[in-house]
Amino acid sequence: MKSQTSPISLSRRRFVEGVALTGVGAAGGLFGFMGRAAAVEAQKTLTGNQLDLTIGSVPINITGRARTATAVNGSVPAPILRFREGEGVMINVTNRLDEPSSIHWHGVRLPNSMDGVPGLTFKGIMPGETFTYRFPIVQSGTYWYHSHSGMQEQTGLYGPLIFEPKAKEPYAYDRDYVVMLSDWTDEDPMTVVSNLKQQADYYNYGQRTLGTFIADTKKQGLSATLADRLMWGKMRMSPTDIMDVTGSTYTFLINGQPPAANWTGLFNRGEKIRLRFINGSSMSTFDVRIPGLPMKIVQADGGDVQPLFVDEFRIGVAETYDAIVTPEELDAYTIFAQAQDRSGYARATLATRAGLIAAIPAMDPRPMRTMTDMGMGDMAGMSGMSMGGMSGMDMSSPSKSDGGMAGMDMSRMPGMSDANMAKMPGVRKAEVPSNNADGVDPKLMQGQPGVDNVAMEIKDRQEEAGTGLDGNDRNILTYALLAALKPTDAPPPTRELQFHLTGNMERWTWGFDGKKFSEADPINIKLGERVRFALINDTMMEHPIHLHGFFFQVENGQDAMPSKHTINVKPGERVNVVFTADTPGYWAFHCHLLYHMEMGMFRTVVVA
Amino acid sequence: MKSLPLAVVLAGFISLLIAAPVEAQMTMGGPSAAAPFGAPVDDEHVFYHLLFDQLEGRFGRDSSFHWEGEGWAGTDMNRVVLKSEGTVTNGVMEEGDQELLYARPISTYFNVQGGLRYDLDSAPGRSWAAFGIEGLAPLFFHVSATGYVSDRGHLAGKLEGNYDLLLTQTLILQPQLEMNFYSKDDAQRMIGAGLSDLDAGLRLRYEITRKFAPYIGVTYENKFGDSARLARLASEPALDLRFSAGVRVWF
Repeated sequence: MKSQTSPISLSRRRFVEGVALTGVGAAGGLFGFMGRAAAVEAQKTLTGNQLDLTIGSVPINITGRARTATAVNGSVPAPILRFREGEGVMINVTNRLDEPSSIHWHGVRLPNSMDGVPGLTFKGIMPGETFTYRFPIVQSGTYWYHSHSGMQEQTGLYGPLIFEPKAKEPYAYDRDYVVMLSDWTDEDPMTVVSNLKQQADYYNYGQRTLGTFIADTKKQGLSATLADRLMWGKMRMSPTDIMDVTGSTYTFLINGQPPAANWTGLFNRGEKIRLRFINGSSMSTFDVRIPGLPMKIVQADGGDVQPLFVDEFRIGVAETYDAIVTPEELDAYTIFAQAQDRSGYARATLATRAGLIAAIPAMDPRPMRTMTDMGMGDMAGMSGMSMGGMSGMDMSSPSKSDGGMAGMDMSRMPGMSDANMAKMPGVRKAEVPSNNADGVDPKLMQGQPGVDNVAMEIKDRQEEAGTGLDGNDRNILTYALLAALKPTDAPPPTRELQFHLTGNMERWTWGFDGKKFSEADPINIKLGERVRFALINDTMMEHPIHLHGFFFQVENGQDAMPSKHTINVKPGERVNVVFTADTPGYWAFHCHLLYHMEMGMFRTVVVA
Repeated sequence: MKSLPLAVVLAGFISLLIAAPVEAQMTMGGPSAAAPFGAPVDDEHVFYHLLFDQLEGRFGRDSSFHWEGEGWAGTDMNRVVLKSEGTVTNGVMEEGDQELLYARPISTYFNVQGGLRYDLDSAPGRSWAAFGIEGLAPLFFHVSATGYVSDRGHLAGKLEGNYDLLLTQTLILQPQLEMNFYSKDDAQRMIGAGLSDLDAGLRLRYEITRKFAPYIGVTYENKFGDSARLARLASEPALDLRFSAGVRVWF
C-alpha cells in the first residue's frame, strides 16, 4: 500500500489524472487483461456455470490518497463474468462487509427473485451471509452488474457481464476488450450528497462569473448579455448545470485505471477489435471517441443493431455500446472519454505494444444549457446551439411576472394543446388511453417544493446528439440512428403511462411527477400487458432511466425499434418507450444517476 | 442563569445531530405496497449542516467579534434550524439573537420557519415566538423575513438578504443586509420603536474549499430613531463603518 499523501501537497494534475500505478502492465488476448498494484487484485475474467463471488472492503489508492473501496473477489472493478446464452448459472455471493449488500444484474431478463434489489426482491445479503443467484441466460451481449445497496456502486462494486451468444454473431472480430467507464471520489459518497443538499452547485466550478459576463458583453453587447442573465436569474436556473458531481471531486476511470495509469489494450495492425463500452459510473455521462479510428457500433445495451460508423458517441450512466474498430495506420490510439461537463476525462490506449501512447486531445469547450433544455422547445430558436451564442435568447425573455416560470403554464400558451403536440415529429399523441403514472396533473406540479420546472413544450430530441456535442464537426451517434437488427414483431401498446422526470436543483431533490419514492404509490401493470412509458424530462439535466427485468423498445422513428434497458432522456425531451410486462414481480424503475435514485427518483413497477 | 436558554437550545441541537444517523436508519422505512422488504432507497435521509456565514473581527473606532451562523438537521420536508448571532465588544455581548425553528418547504424556493427566539447577550434577555419565511428570490437573492411576538407583547420584525456575486469560480463578493424593526421601545436593550438598526456588509471571500473561505470586508451598522438616541446617550455611535476580516466556514 502506498503511504498516504498529504492532501495539501496533492497537485491538481495528479488529482485529475490519478496515480500511475507501478507494475500496471497490459496484455492482449481474447479477454481483456489488466493489472493492478498492491492491495487491489487484478481484475479477472470468470467463466463457468457455477461461481463464488465475495463482496468485501479493500484498500485502494486512485489519487494518491489511501481510501477503502468495495470489491468483488478483491478487485475493483469487479471481475468480468462471461456466461453462455442458453445455459443456467448459479452464483453464490457472500457478503464480507459489515453492512447489507446485493448484486443486481443490469439489463438481464430473469425471475424477479433473482434481480437483487434490497427492499423489492429480497432483504439484501446480510453481513456474513451468502445468497445464491440462479437463473437461465436467455439473451446475449454486453451487460454489467453492480450493488443495489446504498453507495456501494460508487465505492467500486460494479463489473462487466458478458453473455456469449448461441448463434454466430453477425460481425467478426479478432480481439475483445471491455472498456468500463466509471467515476471515483475520495470523499464518502454520502458526504457528496450532503454537500449537494447544502449547496447544489458545490461541485460546479464552471459557473458564470463577472469574467464570463464581460466576455459575453464583448461578443453580443451589453443589453443582450443582461437580458440573458436576467432571464436565467428570474428562473433561478443556471445554464452551467451540466453534471451535479464533477471532476472537482471525481477521477474518471477506464477499467478501474485513472488517466495517468493508462489502461492499454494490445492489437496487431489490421485486426478487428471489439470494444465493449460500459458506463459503470455513478453520476457521470461520457462522450467517447478514438481520434483517428472510426467506430462501427454493433450493439446498444446488449442488443444487436444495424451497424453504424461513428466518430463519437455519448454514453449515459448504465448504458452499453459495443463497437468494432480496425486500426491499420498507427501503432497507438487514445480512447478518450470526456465527461459531459468537460471537467475531466477518462483515457485508455490501444497500442501494438505496451508502453506506446498516442496524443490526448484537448477537451471540447464547456457546454451550456439552452431554453430548449428548459422545456421551451424551439421557441427560443436555440435548438442545437449548445455553445456561446446566446444571441437568440432575448426574444424569449419570460413573462414579467415575478414568479419566473410561474407565468408559463401551458394553458396560457396559444397552440400548445395536446393536438398540436401530436403533430410534432416523434412526440406522438397517445392513440391509446393515457394517464399520468402517479395520477398527477403536471400543470399543478409547478411551484411545488420538489419541482423547479415543468416543461412547457416537450420535444423529440432523439435526432440530437445532446448538450455539448451538437454542432461539432464529428459524426456522432444519436438515438434516432439506432435500429435493431430484426424488426419489432410485438403488437402496439394498449395503454400509456406518462412519467414526468422532475427535480428541484436548488433543494437538490429528485423524483417522478414531483414525488419521491417514499411519497408515491407503486405503478401497477397487468401481467402480459404491453405498455408505453412516456418519459417527459422537466429538468435541465439528462436522466438515464432504467427499468429492471424488461427491455424498452424505443419509439425512435425506426421500423426496427432498438431495445434498451436504459434511456438517457435529454432535458426538455419526451421519449416514448414500449415494453411487454411478461415477468411478474416487483421491478425497480429509476434514474440510474446513483444519487438521484437514492434521493427518491425511483418507483416500484408491480407486474401481477 | 442568563445562558440557560442558550444551553437548552444548544443541547437540543446537539442531540438532534447525534440522533440524526440513528433516525436515518429508522426512516429507511418498513415494508410497503411498493417495497415488501423495506425501502430500497434512502430518500428520507437526515442530513445536517452548520454554516457560519460571518465569523469575523470588526475593526474601527473600537473592535468587536461578530458571528452569524445557521445550522440545520432534517429531511427535505422537515428540518430543525438553529440560528445564532451576536457581537462581543470589550467583553460585552450585544445583539445576541438565538433562534430554534422548525422549517418546512412551502414552494419551490421558499420555506416557512416557526419557533423560538431568545435574545441572549449582556443585556436583559427577551423571549420571542418567531414565524417567518425564507428562500431564494428571483435573480438568486437569498432573502428572509421573520416576525416576532415577545412574552411582553412586543412585536418585532427582521429582514435579511444576501447575494453571491462570482468574480471568479472561487473569488466571491457578497453584499449582505439585515434590518430590525420593533413595535415598542425597550430601553434596557437600547432599542427604539420603528426601524431600529441596520447591519450591512460587503465581503470578499476566497473559497480555498467550498467549506472554508477567508474574507475581508467592510461593515456598516446604523441605528435609527430612538435606538440612535439611546446609543448616543450611552456615548456609542449611531453609525459605525468598520473593516472586517474573518472566515466563512461550514461543516
